[in-house]
Amino acid sequence: MPDKYHIKTNPVAPRRPRIGKCGVVDWREDCARCHNCVKKACVFDRYRQESDYIRGLKDVDALFFECMGCFSCVQQCTKGVLALSGNPAYERLGNRYWTPAVIETTWSQAETAKIPVSGAGYRGRFTGPGFDSMWTDMSEIVRPTRDGIHGREYISTSVDIGRKPPLLRFAEDNKRHGPPLVDIPMPVIIDIMPAGYRIPALLPLFKKVAAQTELIALVDWNDWAQVGNDIEQFLPYLAPYLEETAALPNAMILGRIRMVEISDGRHVEQRIKDLKKVNSGLVVAVRIELDSKGVERAIELGRKPYIEALHLAADINGDQVGAKNPRFVKDMVREVHNALVKSGIRNEITLIASGGIALAEHMAKQIICGADLVAINLPLLIALECQLCEICQPDETCPARINEASPRYGTGRMVNLIAAWHDQLIEVMGAMGIRDVRRLRGEMGRALFFEELEEATFGKLFGSRKS
Amino acid sequence: MANSLVQEKAEKETLPQNTRGLLVPQAEVTRQVKPAPPRYRNELAKYIIRRSDACTLCGKCVEACPQGVHVLKPGYKYFAAPHQHVCIGPSCQGTDHYCVDLCPQKALRMVENPMMKLLGDYRWTSDMILATWKMAETGEPPGPEYDYQYECGDSGGGFDRIRFKFPDKPSVELSDDEIDTSIELNRRNDGRPRIRIDVPWYGGGMSFGSVSNVTQLSKARAAVAFNTFTCTGEGGYMERMMPYDEHTITQVATGLFGVREETIQRVRIVEFKYAQGAKPGLGGHLLADKVTQAVARMRETVMGISLFSPFPFHSVYSIEDHKKHMDWVKHLNRRALVSAKVSTPIDVDMVAVGSYSAGAHIVHMDGGYGGTGAAPDIAKKNIAMPIEYAIVKVHDFLTKEGVRDKVTLIASGGLRNAYDIAKAIALGADGVVVGTGELVALGCLRCSRCESGRGCPRGIATTDPELSKQIDVDWGTQRIINLYSAWHKDLVSILKRLGLRSVSELRGRTDLLMHLDYTNEPVQKK
Repeated sequence: MPDKYHIKTNPVAPRRPRIGKCGVVDWREDCARCHNCVKKACVFDRYRQESDYIRGLKDVDALFFECMGCFSCVQQCTKGVLALSGNPAYERLGNRYWTPAVIETTWSQAETAKIPVSGAGYRGRFTGPGFDSMWTDMSEIVRPTRDGIHGREYISTSVDIGRKPPLLRFAEDNKRHGPPLVDIPMPVIIDIMPAGYRIPALLPLFKKVAAQTELIALVDWNDWAQVGNDIEQFLPYLAPYLEETAALPNAMILGRIRMVEISDGRHVEQRIKDLKKVNSGLVVAVRIELDSKGVERAIELGRKPYIEALHLAADINGDQVGAKNPRFVKDMVREVHNALVKSGIRNEITLIASGGIALAEHMAKQIICGADLVAINLPLLIALECQLCEICQPDETCPARINEASPRYGTGRMVNLIAAWHDQLIEVMGAMGIRDVRRLRGEMGRALFFEELEEATFGKLFGSRKS
Repeated sequence: MANSLVQEKAEKETLPQNTRGLLVPQAEVTRQVKPAPPRYRNELAKYIIRRSDACTLCGKCVEACPQGVHVLKPGYKYFAAPHQHVCIGPSCQGTDHYCVDLCPQKALRMVENPMMKLLGDYRWTSDMILATWKMAETGEPPGPEYDYQYECGDSGGGFDRIRFKFPDKPSVELSDDEIDTSIELNRRNDGRPRIRIDVPWYGGGMSFGSVSNVTQLSKARAAVAFNTFTCTGEGGYMERMMPYDEHTITQVATGLFGVREETIQRVRIVEFKYAQGAKPGLGGHLLADKVTQAVARMRETVMGISLFSPFPFHSVYSIEDHKKHMDWVKHLNRRALVSAKVSTPIDVDMVAVGSYSAGAHIVHMDGGYGGTGAAPDIAKKNIAMPIEYAIVKVHDFLTKEGVRDKVTLIASGGLRNAYDIAKAIALGADGVVVGTGELVALGCLRCSRCESGRGCPRGIATTDPELSKQIDVDWGTQRIINLYSAWHKDLVSILKRLGLRSVSELRGRTDLLMHLDYTNEPVQKK
């Protein structure tokens, strides 16, 4: 058995003041000076921390928002002069899809590398759009993967990118001969940044993160120069993304990298041949935009024998690209997966899905819905305290000052986030009793879909569901 | 049945210790509603009165308000902090004692409390928390004057979209006394005692360590008062719980912490915990900090070493193994009923029928959205199905298998009040287990910080000696008794409006329910 995949992590403190959900407002003028101050009694010691924080402030650019919202001080103040208030800065974080809660949990995972834990049951909506309309299964009896979570047994999260032959063939030297495979220890790669978020400072960080986590970072060939000088040792962890008309990288680079991604186009087959001519050990993935024809095109290409891996890319919110009533990425990938299963060739190619993967649970669910692995970008940016304010312009001041991120901070936070995601993936797999993520792929029988459950239970009792 | 009792007597001599013997006199707690005022100085309220500088301290508002919202103590220069939570809000408008209108200086203003936005969540709305507090204070369902929408949450699915189809007039006029809310826990007819509990719910398992002693004892005492049960959870069975043995369920969980023959022999129900709704399929993890000397002693472990409760039982691979476990408990304690607590996987119906076949008297399903303790967020939200689906699925399957009336089906996982309890029963459960509701009665407001630092800032889910002093047992007991009384009244009123004589008649009556997202046309049963 190979060594267990383990990501080394260290806590990395945020550079900016935390933006919590609530804060305490007090009206000092009504204070009775009773000396029974509840502020001293704060279980979390926040008032003392707040005064320290304010004392150390150079410019007043953010208030102290680390209140835990337990109302204890509000309810015990002699004069009742304290009140809890929402933090408008928290409400402004992110957008409709990348909600303040998503951003907050990403920040905390990037800081601590820990799985988010909280008490008092689930607090959210019963169901929701996108990934929120499904649950993952658990098993009452199947063991032993829970032990895997705590290190006593082995849960594998590694996946292979590339084309897998339907049968293994061994040559006389007893070595496997077949198409090349890129084996990565976790079903995640780093995607190119979406338009509007292409911050040059990110690429050198991605390069290091990929190497530390042994994953792959896709880098747009146009931006290759931004990756930095000391590139050689990182080449196995980098995969250039080539647009349809982009010239091929030089032979030195092609010879040392393991994977390339090319955009879909008319000459896909020829491009793959050209690349393989330089380095037959390269895995070439083809990126397909999931627009109105994306699913159809993916199924068509997936059936071609020269395709090794398809990268199905929805927009950043997981929606169909350019559609008025967009389909969601999980449903589109599910359709591609199912079509390839029907053709009997699903196991032969690798599906990479991207778009809308905001939380660790999305990674697990997307894999259950048919992807072999996912590609992520925005969560890594959020790990650097980005608020998705969407003003990433050179002449605007970035509130998170991404450009000033030190390598230690930047890679530390991103690696922490990936480690926390890895642990959460194992939690989901452990509960399901699945100990290889390759077996999680397409395991839709072990997922519960809202529409199907509703139909099977309430549909039977209450007629048809109103649209 | 008679035969097996005879047999039990005969075997007593060979196994002298195998039957429960009460070691200490059992506690008696009367089921009496007494006011149990909230414990904080400034209670949270839905509406608040703001007083402006125009106030001349004339005291008219103090005289007028029958609720006693305004407090002007004799000899004091200013008003004390008002008792906002007794204010009935805008429904006071139009009465002859509406302070806002009566104030000669127009110095008073009524506003919705802006803090309500931060209290509660989709499942437990602020209204539901306030209403639960009010019930725990008074023992009555809050009247319409309080304007609490507490029957449903705001989660947009499941119980929150299901309503009862109350007829304009019930088919039978019943008085409250005629309505029976008790349920039978042993339907196997296997010679073991027939245990009836007076209300169709019992308290969920919360271990020593996860909640304070006071919390555990308050739950146990309320269970005695209502002739129902409470559960010890996984963390062992404290000696101070002995006076409540008759109303305690002891849990045999996967870590087997604190499980001894004696503890099993003390109780009338033993629960095997296979999984729990908050973290289905994941077992538990008690952090090293929480393994204090007392906890370690109770669990028979070493202080300061974190404890894993693995998943699942490492000796259970099959129904046969499961049966072996149950037989062991049944052998140790000839009077005990056995409950199997499971979560809600896709094949929950098979799990339930398997538990029945293995000899369980009670199949307890804990739905994916449940739980009171700390759990990974990813598990709470995503793993296992919500209980609403599982109840229907299991009830139907057990009925088809012809064993529905031989097993007691208990549901839990996000049941918050009498309406949820009634809906769960109408969907097909016999009864339910409640947990969070009891904690809310003790002052929990679901800030979800059970695990942070020293533990629960409200002094409920903590073993910190200072924090847990916030509650005393008498108050805690009374709050839960009051909450139970209010739920009981709500449940009786639901049954009354439906014209049902007993809560068992409600079981499986999905025809009395409607779902707001469905057409609710009559459907042919498939």
